[in-house]
Amino acid sequence: MRNRTMVATLVLAGTLVVPNLIKVTHAADASNYPSRPVHYVIPFGPGGESDITARLQQPIFQKMTGQNMIIEYKSGGGGAVGWSQLNSMKGDGYTIMGTNLPHIIVKPMMGNVGFKTKDITNVYMFEYTPDAILVAKDSPFKTLDDLIAYAKKHPGMLTMSGSGSGTANHLANVRFDNITGAKTTYIPFKGTGAAYTALRGGQVKAEWGYSTVAANHPGEVRMLAVATDKRMEIFPKVPTFKEKKIDMVGGAYRGVAVPKSTSEPIRKKLSDLIGKINADPQFKKSLAKRGFVELNVPYDKMDAFMKKQTAKYTELVKKAGLVH
Amino acid sequence: MSHINDILAALTPLHLALAVLGVAAGTILGAIPGLTATMAIAVLVPLTFSMDPTTALLLMGAIYTGAIYGGAYAAILLNTPGTPSAIATTFDGYPMAKRGDGDLAVTIACLSSVFGGLVGAAVLLFLAPPLANVALAFGPVEYFWLAIFGLTLISAISSGALLKGLIGASFGLLLSCVGVAPISGSPRFTFDSTTLLGGIDVVSGLIGLYCIPVLINLVARPERHLEIQEASRGFRLPEAIRLCFSGGINLIRSSLIGAFVGILPGAGGSISGLVSYSEARRASKTPERFGKGEPRGIQASESANNATVGGGMVPTLVLGIPGTPPDAVILGALLVQGIQPGPAMFSGHSSIVYTFIYGLFIATILMLPIGLLIGRYAFKSIVTFPKAVLVPIVAFMTIIGTYAINNSISDVMVMIVLGIVGWVLERLGFQPSPIVLGLILGPIAEQGFVQGWMIGGATGDPLSIFFSGPLAIGIFVLILASLFYPIIAGRLTRGAKESDDARSL
Repeated sequence: MRNRTMVATLVLAGTLVVPNLIKVTHAADASNYPSRPVHYVIPFGPGGESDITARLQQPIFQKMTGQNMIIEYKSGGGGAVGWSQLNSMKGDGYTIMGTNLPHIIVKPMMGNVGFKTKDITNVYMFEYTPDAILVAKDSPFKTLDDLIAYAKKHPGMLTMSGSGSGTANHLANVRFDNITGAKTTYIPFKGTGAAYTALRGGQVKAEWGYSTVAANHPGEVRMLAVATDKRMEIFPKVPTFKEKKIDMVGGAYRGVAVPKSTSEPIRKKLSDLIGKINADPQFKKSLAKRGFVELNVPYDKMDAFMKKQTAKYTELVKKAGLVH
Repeated sequence: MSHINDILAALTPLHLALAVLGVAAGTILGAIPGLTATMAIAVLVPLTFSMDPTTALLLMGAIYTGAIYGGAYAAILLNTPGTPSAIATTFDGYPMAKRGDGDLAVTIACLSSVFGGLVGAAVLLFLAPPLANVALAFGPVEYFWLAIFGLTLISAISSGALLKGLIGASFGLLLSCVGVAPISGSPRFTFDSTTLLGGIDVVSGLIGLYCIPVLINLVARPERHLEIQEASRGFRLPEAIRLCFSGGINLIRSSLIGAFVGILPGAGGSISGLVSYSEARRASKTPERFGKGEPRGIQASESANNATVGGGMVPTLVLGIPGTPPDAVILGALLVQGIQPGPAMFSGHSSIVYTFIYGLFIATILMLPIGLLIGRYAFKSIVTFPKAVLVPIVAFMTIIGTYAINNSISDVMVMIVLGIVGWVLERLGFQPSPIVLGLILGPIAEQGFVQGWMIGGATGDPLSIFFSGPLAIGIFVLILASLFYPIIAGRLTRGAKESDDARSL
């Protein structure tokens, strides 16, 4: 009787953790892949954009394959902890990991973070959150032109919050200042949530965020411009940077990567699978509703995509003074 | 009328059953060092997708409440906080257990948690929209000062050995610098090792510094862990209720502190427990009893940390900004469900929100019988287990728990190394609490300072921003008061004594 609590706690602890410790090994076979649950490791904590999109993929994956998708978190170091361990994981297709741009390009340039960009085998990039400039609903800046005019008149006085250094937000700020000739002050915060809080609290005058921020807080913020090719369906009134003659299209890209030892057929099959999830109407709808923009870069187009992005971000990182 | 409907909705058999289940599961998970409320909720998230949003919220709230309370068991019986929120519970909980009052301490923890939980839920019910603005008023500068204020608690928790407390806190601050820097994003003090890339997680620091020394001491010493009582004394409920009534003001103050700290994003149960503990000690007529098994210490810590549950929900539901780490997971789950948190949920009387709040009340009340029962078993098991069984089981759970933080073996290695360091330091007279305090507050202070400096720099005057605004100045005054209070209080009592002496002459 008295041992009951102990036994209960042990059993609970066991069911929580042991499946992660002991992974049953099977021969990797591409033809019937996936024939058992797939572990999807998110290199960030729960609740962020990467987690939310993985949670949206999860039911579609299960519907399509009949197999479970188990989402795990391996956070730390802004993703570095997870990515530095990716290649030591079993390359049988049953352990896959979330991958993010520009993180995997910029982080290794800023110091030894335990992995290099080429160590990450990306198999599919499936969505991105476009960069956006947001202001509080009662801000005097009604349009992007108001904001640029202020920043030009008062160099450095326009404070803009954003998530982290060397991130999509930070580099968007560098590019924006470069193109427009405005001089703003970028203040890094820990994550999009904290950057948004600083905007709402009036600690900064504007925020570098994503379209998702505007989608999650309707009526509270005004999005002045968004870095998409064409206006977003859910924000028909928000102009793109392109319309304002500012050549900015992009943001934070999210995809799926596998350990280097994963076989070519499995990489290919996984890429097809993620592409099929993207084609699912329900998934498309739930992505768009939350401010995400669907993206389709399959495995065979990945090299060209990464090459282009690497060139773009390398230049920005240098301009930002993050590496010398 | 609509409130009655929401109360009835919270009382359906399904919701009641889930509340019981959630509180019980949360309590057990929270009792295991390393398994935190955040993790308990994250594991559950996929399950909630098949539920309607109200039911999902209710279940997550019940687990959260239970886990914060469950952290008290290990704090009281093993001197190891089961979750970071229970750090301050160890100060008086373990001394009480040592002198044979572990059963009473567990019952007090349960009563205080229920009380704090109800206050937190009441704050959420009645004051959520206006109080959410408090969360916004706290900018980088305010967080910087809050962290510095937190560091002044060292004197309260290093019981006499102030210099050692300061050295310990500095060590903790230094440990908090390891890993990828929060602002610049570049790796610091990692010595090119991937093990240190993620930095030193507060939870692995907690387990290492508190639990491992306890385990080593258990093995190294011949005597029993805790004395077995001759006869069962039941829950000792009347005694505990009497103690809680006499400490009523302490409970109310601590719960309000807990709810308030919970509202601030970035400061959770650990800070609220420590702040209210030190305030309880400061307000007490017998501060010297604190740290030696004073029931009011447990009351303060446990009521405050459960009050953060309701408090943390305030910015989460009104602003869509998570108040505490578990709230971030709850918010993510809501967004996936397609629920948009915002002030409209309150002004438009969303039945999701109100049913959830009443459900939180019910779950908190249910925690009384459930918590008392589980607490009794936990107490009996830990007291009567032979050491040869207890030590391996706890050691096993510390490793599992630490691994589970990030599914990473790095945290386990950090935990074990810190455990050995902690044991050596303990033998030299250093307490773990100041070190952990430094580890928790370091990043808050650093980010607040750098961001404040940068924002101030944009106007050309980086320094004066730290003294602008009533909140920043208010906290600064509190810091001065906290630092000089012992001197002033010492003067006053000495003065009073002298006049007494003079009179007796």
